[in-house]
Amino acid sequence: MSVAAFYAGYSSLILFAGVAALLALSVYVTLMAGQLSLGNAALAAIGGYTAAILTRDHHVPLGPAVLAGAAVATVVAVAIGIPSLRLRGIYLALATLAFGEVVRTAALNLKITGGALGLIGIPALVGFWQVYGTLAAAALFFYRLERSRVGRAFAAIRADEAAAQAMGIRITHYKVLSFAIAGFLAGVAGGLSVHFTYIISPSQASFTEAVNILTFAIVGGTSTFLGPIVGGILLTVLPEALRFLRDYRLFLDGAILMAVTIYFPNGIADPRLWRWRRVRR
Amino acid sequence: MTVFLQQLLNGISLGSVYALFAVGFTIVFGVLEIINLAHPAVLAIGALVAYSLFTTLRVAMPLAIVGTLVATGLLGVVLDAAAFRPLRARRAGPLASLITSIGAALILVNLAQKVWGTEPLSYPPGTIPVRFFTVGGVTISLLQLMILATVVVLVVGLELLLARTRVGIAIRAVAENPTTASLLGIPFNRVVMFTFFLSSALGGVAGLLVGMLFQGSVSPFMGDTYGLKGLAAIILGGMGDVTGAMLGGLVIGIGEVMIVQYLNSSYRDAVAFGLLFLVLVIRPTGLLGQQRSREA
Repeated sequence: MSVAAFYAGYSSLILFAGVAALLALSVYVTLMAGQLSLGNAALAAIGGYTAAILTRDHHVPLGPAVLAGAAVATVVAVAIGIPSLRLRGIYLALATLAFGEVVRTAALNLKITGGALGLIGIPALVGFWQVYGTLAAAALFFYRLERSRVGRAFAAIRADEAAAQAMGIRITHYKVLSFAIAGFLAGVAGGLSVHFTYIISPSQASFTEAVNILTFAIVGGTSTFLGPIVGGILLTVLPEALRFLRDYRLFLDGAILMAVTIYFPNGIADPRLWRWRRVRR
Repeated sequence: MTVFLQQLLNGISLGSVYALFAVGFTIVFGVLEIINLAHPAVLAIGALVAYSLFTTLRVAMPLAIVGTLVATGLLGVVLDAAAFRPLRARRAGPLASLITSIGAALILVNLAQKVWGTEPLSYPPGTIPVRFFTVGGVTISLLQLMILATVVVLVVGLELLLARTRVGIAIRAVAENPTTASLLGIPFNRVVMFTFFLSSALGGVAGLLVGMLFQGSVSPFMGDTYGLKGLAAIILGGMGDVTGAMLGGLVIGIGEVMIVQYLNSSYRDAVAFGLLFLVLVIRPTGLLGQQRSREA
């Protein structure tokens, strides 16, 4: 089978995998700073709705529309992030979860978002290059980020918040920054995805969707940026490959999630795991 | 005024179901400081087990409550052994438990789909009492009275168990400080197992009561709605606080009914979550919680 024919047959799956990787990266960036956010699905939905309204109703070109969506998502993420960052761990996760539900309910009830039906007939503007070009740019960004002053500050906060503060790291500043990057990435992912699914509905801001995104990141692993990318792509492609098990899709997702958390606490793309394998061999 | 009193009554009976569910949520948090996101799936399985008891064995409501209590309680024990104990052995943080509980919830919902199907079910006619009493213009149904009685009996029973019995004292000791409790000879894992039994048993009965309160609401997915409301309730009341969870559940139940009556029904859910968000941001310890809970 030629590459072109393969792509034609699986194009939407391939695009979904790329978007999943982007969304997983958006969860990863807050995890880098030790913050668990369950609001990323809602941020992606905000980006998606904004971009869709711009391209569909106002004929704005794709690039500016996606960037506008990402900008709105960033602003919302910062607005949510600042008050929420007084909270830690579980409490932050719950606050972001509540935020996601508020977004979902708002999307269900507002006129501009098309209510329960959502928006349909969004123009087809996104293909392989837009999604994977963005993913490549994001990967490069994270490669640089992890080795930068900011990345080290994130890592310090993740390891020990009090110690990081004692070292003079401006904790709130960096936490809000991680939320802003997460909002931007989620917004871009949302803005891209609606232009190849052609629809967006309130369920895209749901708790289930937020959990899916978190699953991508956790299963892939959160010690480097490669983890979320691997996790997002693998967990999008795998269920399709295991289609004969469709009735047990949720069971499989749950079992993978549990097994990875229990047995591979650093995810399947953990560098230490593979080094260990090589030594053994 | 009658309308207000009527709605207050409706809100209390709805809120008492939320409260029962939230109490189960909160005791696990109180003891282990983990959020068990499989608790909503346990609610759904409780409602479905009760459906099977009603349809195949044709039992009456009190027996169905006992049957559900035992079945979901045992489910809680299995849940602990499969999802949480391996993580405790490794001393993993609370976020890892949050994630395995999500995994366990997916598995339970999928299994429930296989056993009971995906269509919403209703309890057979005759299982739900249809008598009404009118007092001063306010109507109360026998069902509402039975629900209130069930919740009061279970929660008072739980409070007594925690306050007076040996196992209750052990649970409180573990909640206070697991290391010290273990050093003093309290069997940590058994206490945790029993806590999960209690929590899931209450969650399962809450599912049964939801099924009685709303026709056609019983399905493997019914937990989704209640899970988030239960979270809102325990955060409102202060995490780990049984009385707080009761209050939180009642506030949300009454609030929802009042919003539908006086404002707009489509914003009913948003208010619970908006409230949750506000409480977290303004007073993360909840209405009754202690200062320490924010640090967790």
